[in-house]
Amino acid sequence: MSLFRSEDMALCQLFLQSEAAYSCVSELGELGLLQFRDLNPDVNAFQRKFVNEVRRCDEMERKLRYLEKEIRKDGIPMLDTGENPEAPQPREMIDLEATFEKLENELREVNQNAEALKRNYLELTELKHILRKTQVFFDEQEGGSSATESMTRALIPDDSIARQAAGPVQLGFVAGVILRERIPPFERMLWRACRGNVFLRQAEIETPLEDPATSDQVHKSVFIIFFQGDQLKSRVKKICEGFRATLYPCPEAPSDRREMAMGVMTRIEDLNTVLNQTQDHRHRVLAAAAKNITNWFIKVRKIKAIYHTLNLFNLDVTQKCLIAECWVPTEDLEQIQLALRRGTERSGSSVPPILNRMDTLENPPTYNKTNKFTSGFQHLVDAYGVASYREANPGMYNEIKFLSFLTLILLTAPYTIITFPFLFAVMFGDLGHGILMASFAAYLVIKERTLGAKKIQSDVWNIFFGGRYIILLMGLFSMYTGMMYNDVFSKSLNIFGSNWRNNYDESTLMNSKALQLDPNSTAYFKYPYPFGLDPIWQVAENKIIFLNSYKMKISIIFGVFHMLFGVLLSLWNHVYFRDRLAIMCEFIPQIIFMCFLFLYMVLLMFIKWVNYSADTIDVKAGPYCAPSILITFINMVLFKSSKNPDVCDDWMYAGQGFLQKLLVVIALLCVPVMLLAKPIMIMRARKQHQPLMNAGHTNNAAENGDAGYQLDDSMQQVQPVPAHHDEEEDITEIFIHQGIHTIEYVLGSVSHTASYLRLWALSLAHAQLSEVLWNMVLRNGLTWTDWTGGIVLWAIFGFWAMLTVSILVLMEGLSAFLHTLRLHWVEFQSKFYHGLGYSFTPFSFKTILDQAATNAEE
Amino acid sequence: MGVEVWPLAVFTVIWAIVGIVGPFVVPKGPNRGVTRVALILTGVTCWLFWLCCYMAQMNPLIGPRLSNHTLLLIAREWGNPISAGH
Repeated sequence: MSLFRSEDMALCQLFLQSEAAYSCVSELGELGLLQFRDLNPDVNAFQRKFVNEVRRCDEMERKLRYLEKEIRKDGIPMLDTGENPEAPQPREMIDLEATFEKLENELREVNQNAEALKRNYLELTELKHILRKTQVFFDEQEGGSSATESMTRALIPDDSIARQAAGPVQLGFVAGVILRERIPPFERMLWRACRGNVFLRQAEIETPLEDPATSDQVHKSVFIIFFQGDQLKSRVKKICEGFRATLYPCPEAPSDRREMAMGVMTRIEDLNTVLNQTQDHRHRVLAAAAKNITNWFIKVRKIKAIYHTLNLFNLDVTQKCLIAECWVPTEDLEQIQLALRRGTERSGSSVPPILNRMDTLENPPTYNKTNKFTSGFQHLVDAYGVASYREANPGMYNEIKFLSFLTLILLTAPYTIITFPFLFAVMFGDLGHGILMASFAAYLVIKERTLGAKKIQSDVWNIFFGGRYIILLMGLFSMYTGMMYNDVFSKSLNIFGSNWRNNYDESTLMNSKALQLDPNSTAYFKYPYPFGLDPIWQVAENKIIFLNSYKMKISIIFGVFHMLFGVLLSLWNHVYFRDRLAIMCEFIPQIIFMCFLFLYMVLLMFIKWVNYSADTIDVKAGPYCAPSILITFINMVLFKSSKNPDVCDDWMYAGQGFLQKLLVVIALLCVPVMLLAKPIMIMRARKQHQPLMNAGHTNNAAENGDAGYQLDDSMQQVQPVPAHHDEEEDITEIFIHQGIHTIEYVLGSVSHTASYLRLWALSLAHAQLSEVLWNMVLRNGLTWTDWTGGIVLWAIFGFWAMLTVSILVLMEGLSAFLHTLRLHWVEFQSKFYHGLGYSFTPFSFKTILDQAATNAEE
Repeated sequence: MGVEVWPLAVFTVIWAIVGIVGPFVVPKGPNRGVTRVALILTGVTCWLFWLCCYMAQMNPLIGPRLSNHTLLLIAREWGNPISAGH
């Protein structure tokens, strides 16, 4: 019965030998059943005992992250065997640290070397390109008479004149490499600064080069600048510097250049081999690390978690023992004892740890054991509020305990397992959409293990995967309600054969566009379609009128039953807490109020279904006289009698007027009972207790022999035990609480009933939307008669299927889901569930590692 | 009153098996209670849903209004050929 109420919890004190503490905590972390409390809440994080170790772990984690980054950079797969190594002993921490240190240093060195080599390599390649490209320029210059030469010369007439006068020998030049996008400003700058007295030639390097610092691919160009005189030379060099161009020495003589080019080539080749070797080495180091890195991560995170936990503990006076306080599910105490024993053995300590149960007045955390099936539903409930802890504090009066508002108790999860998918399905009723949904969820459930192991990091996927059982049930129930609504993608199935048929003859049919079948004729078989709605309604023009009346009624019927179920669960809570006062003064008036007004309305609906029919000669029981249930209900509450046409009866059955008045009066009388009975009872009970308590105080004072201490005494009495606060709770506060509670219930029952009409509204919207989609989209594809129709249908079907999945299944499904959630949180749970607890968060390596893994992925 | 016995009996029995017999045959285990509650609720809700649908159609107050095309098709497909006319 684990899901019905949270686990029984106990606050325990744990004494651990300091040398055994580490391995014990490690064992407990593997178990994951204890929630430790912080015993040094006012000590800040930097002053705790094991802060040094935590820092060392942080440092190790940093190194591991660096390694991981490098491994990812090289695209080496990291081996994840899924094994779960135990937390290493503290002494192994030093070994780990040394390993990581060595690896990190090695890697950094290798990276530095590689970078230097790459820079060298880049310089050499650039030089190679310069030598190759400038060769052309020099050839042109020496050739002198080539066409291009004359053209460029025409642009710079001064230069050409100078050259004619003094010959080519006096021209100086610099060669270098520059980023390609910098060329135009560079050129402009040169022209302006040197007043057109320089001559720039440039050629693009076709292959992109790698920038060693950022390892980006960059495009560069070779340039060569000719100029005359030293003044210009220094100016040109400064401009080059300003534009971050790299200048390379370039010999003037062709033979020297050739020689240099040869030298550069050999050096590049040498460098290449060295670079390859460095890369190989780096790869080897990383590949070795990749095998172990997940293991190392787990180990380091475990060590860190252990020290974090140890930081929560208290040192005892002798410094030999660590004291911890923790919440433990009492059922698992034995397992915990075993784990502690294992931990002690492992550490070799001879003194066993001591686990003491403590009495406490504090509210324990709420812990619900769930399995993969129920956990999704539990999350739905917890999202509203975690249930209060099941157990009452010892020695408190029940009624006061209830008023402290901390008692809420029952978990709704076991009920929501069915009611949630069911109410969802009432809104989402469509066999086709249900099949889509159920088969998707079934796929997730069947492939659960392989899909779960993949750890897909997508929020949307994880929501679907986490809720796969909810979705499966929602799909299955939608299939059932879809069959009831007889709705498959807005079409009907005619399994049993419709119970309506055409009884008009040919001439009538030919003369009128539309005809209504008369239920009181041979058109109707006198018996309804056995399973779900008759398929005739799907093609009827007045289908909405019929469906509205049907769906509104079932919404109210299921709403009232749902709320009554909620109120009944509150009875179970009261019984569990032996809260007789709440049963008498709250539950009974509540259930009477609900039954006499709303259940009666439901009853009227059934009476209407049974008693009124078109299939009768009696006008009073025919469609003309069939009363509106809503109007009847409103008249009932307002004490008015309905004004029916003369031929009809005023009432649906004999004595209805009197009975209705009686019901309303009793229901209204329940309101003051709900409002006042309980506070008055509590007040009376208080008065009986009061003299006793006063006597106790005076006795105390008398013993002390000093009346002046009386006040102090009572203060002291109140302070150590928090339970006394509740007892002292002001009576006006009780009245206010009860008033709020009553108003909430009375007004709520009206608005909540109306709120269930959303079942009708959403179901109608869903059916209409799917019908519109069929008529507007798929139908176009079905009207083609020749062979092209196949192709058109293929395309249109794709479009229709896409819209069906995205709009009808996903979006409509989401909206129906949210409305169902609201119906559960507000309309259902408000009847019995307070959700004021806090959830149990045990110290567990598994959750810590999972969290770390998701953080790392982000 | 247009009640046929067989649908009432068949569907009531089916959901009674789920909701009443089912809980007794749930195997023992930690999830027995939850499974039982789930079965009972399934039986109750599904049966009630069927019942409402059946009862809403038991005594129709209105008949379906159909276009004459649909009526002609119904007459042909559902095996009740139209009479020639008076």
